[in-house]
Amino acid sequence: MFKQHASAVYANRDFIFASIRREFELKYRNSLLGALWTVLNPLAMIVIYTLVFSKIMQARLPGLEGAYAYSIYLCAGILFWGVFSEIALRAQGVFLEQAHLLKKINFPRLCLPAIVVGSGLINFLIIFALFLGVLVLVDALPGMELLALIPVLGITVWFAIALGVVLGILNVFFRDVGHFFGVVLQFWFWLTPIIYPASILPERAQALLMFNPLAHCVQAAQAVIVNHSWPSWSGLLGVALLSLLLSLLAMRLYLQHGADMQDEL
Amino acid sequence: MKVVALERVGKAFRSYSSRWARLREWIDPRALDCHEKTWVLRDVSFALESGEAVGLVGMNGAGKSTLLKIITGITQPSEGSVHLAGRISALLELGMGFHPDFTGRQNAFNAGQLIGIPLARLEALMPEIERFAEIGEYFDQPVRVYSSGMQMRLAFSVATAERADVLIVDEALSVGDAYFQHKSFDRIRQFKAAGTALILVSHDRFAIQSICDRAILLSEGTVKRDGDPESVLDYYNATLSGVNQIEQETDGERIRTTSGDGGARVTEVRISTEKDDDADTVETGTSVVLALKVSIERDLDELVCGYVIRNRLGQDMYGINTFHTEQLTGPVAKGTELLFEFSFWMNLGEGEYSVATALARGVTHLEGNYEWRDLAKVFSVVNIRQRLFVGCLWMEPIVAVERLS
Repeated sequence: MFKQHASAVYANRDFIFASIRREFELKYRNSLLGALWTVLNPLAMIVIYTLVFSKIMQARLPGLEGAYAYSIYLCAGILFWGVFSEIALRAQGVFLEQAHLLKKINFPRLCLPAIVVGSGLINFLIIFALFLGVLVLVDALPGMELLALIPVLGITVWFAIALGVVLGILNVFFRDVGHFFGVVLQFWFWLTPIIYPASILPERAQALLMFNPLAHCVQAAQAVIVNHSWPSWSGLLGVALLSLLLSLLAMRLYLQHGADMQDEL
Repeated sequence: MKVVALERVGKAFRSYSSRWARLREWIDPRALDCHEKTWVLRDVSFALESGEAVGLVGMNGAGKSTLLKIITGITQPSEGSVHLAGRISALLELGMGFHPDFTGRQNAFNAGQLIGIPLARLEALMPEIERFAEIGEYFDQPVRVYSSGMQMRLAFSVATAERADVLIVDEALSVGDAYFQHKSFDRIRQFKAAGTALILVSHDRFAIQSICDRAILLSEGTVKRDGDPESVLDYYNATLSGVNQIEQETDGERIRTTSGDGGARVTEVRISTEKDDDADTVETGTSVVLALKVSIERDLDELVCGYVIRNRLGQDMYGINTFHTEQLTGPVAKGTELLFEFSFWMNLGEGEYSVATALARGVTHLEGNYEWRDLAKVFSVVNIRQRLFVGCLWMEPIVAVERLS
């Protein structure tokens, strides 16, 4: 069953790539600066956080020297949080968003999450490339440890899409899910050590962090980018396991309720 | 070869008593039936051979669109099974999910890929798609500036860019102008000749009769009739007129008015042809008899019976009465039944026509109106045996051509 769906998605790879390209075209179609906005938006966020926290509030990372250490820490966290929240949020709404297609044309619906992943990844890679450029400029580029970011990114995206599809299917039937997830994401952001380091939390709260899958992903990224050290794999393995479970749940939901989906759109 | 086979297909939509009922059904394994089923299709079975064209007719809400969505696989049947052989191409409603901000070309690529044409193949087909749509420079402009006719042109061009084994056209063509309709029907005919099975939904009787070998009447979610287009469409028209009466009560424009003091009534209106004693469809150039059965409701000293044939727009085509034919009916007693037969050649062109009947005392019904009945009978005229012509009057010329130099 899974194989059949996977091969349907593979057979439509042309369509998926074309859709990703079209999505970018669409986003910047009538704007003068075009694709520059992909960069400007997160850049603005990073600048704001850096200004507010490192300059105005004089926040310093405990145990880290360097004027840019905190900014780098922030960027690492926000970038990885960003790819997660973008993919999860879009996947959660993709079936409703594409209702006009689903109602008119019969095509493998699992292409839609694939498109979400593709365009999310590209967005991330653009910003991340820029970020690496900045790291070179301030002479803070990690070494071989950077390679560890590939599985970290992979697991983050996997978790995001698995969660997003589960919610996306539920969202078709219970529209509350979409609203609810928006709220949850806001809390989730502040419950994840992105703006602050985990070490400033009380110990009991630190222990609870291990139940936040995103904390593992973000902390792994921070370890590589800020501390130039290898991440702890055990936590990430847990996230991968959770993603696998979510994927199975998504598959089950899709097989059980996918047929009814179009009646609800 | 059978390309489409439906077996006892049914579709029910679930309706829940409350928003929470669905949640309970999902979570609680014991609460299996928290919903009520609304069946929009039930027990629909038919098969389609390749090269066969079937017209699907039925009133709004009969389940036509749902049936097409099931055949195309957009929605799943609640019961029964659908077997398909080969590629299916469908033009449902308007457009193919075009994105308003993309150009026609981009949308054509998008839609083409969605219906499973590989990118490389699509690139090769694109000039032909552009050529067939004939929307000029609009092809490279955003779809949001398109008229509905232009969207339809584009959608049709994409859907038929490559011959599919099954082609489904839902109403869409009615949006097009006469030129494009003609062009699309030519293409559909070519496909059909090459083996494509066609399912055509249309309210246009001539579209169906001219292209389909078979028609299926869907009513309240079931197949009411399945047979040759003429008989199915006649039956459909008959059921339709029954409902029309009800609709016309509220429809300000087409009220079937019956007026008069009730001195006499037309109890039956029939048009008989050589083949059919009570025809709804008449061929141009054949002889027909319009028979009016009249019952006298009170003693009358004089009776004139007449009729007017009108076209779809309500314009009079021809009308006459027994005063002008100098066949006044003398005193008639209450309870008498009379039969008036008007024999004539059907010299009307293709179209829908109606008969209004009049029973009166003198020349016009204004002098003493027993009964005036609009839309007493609706019939269509088709041209099968005569040369193709346009217009509502058949006046075939003898043509002479002379070389003058």
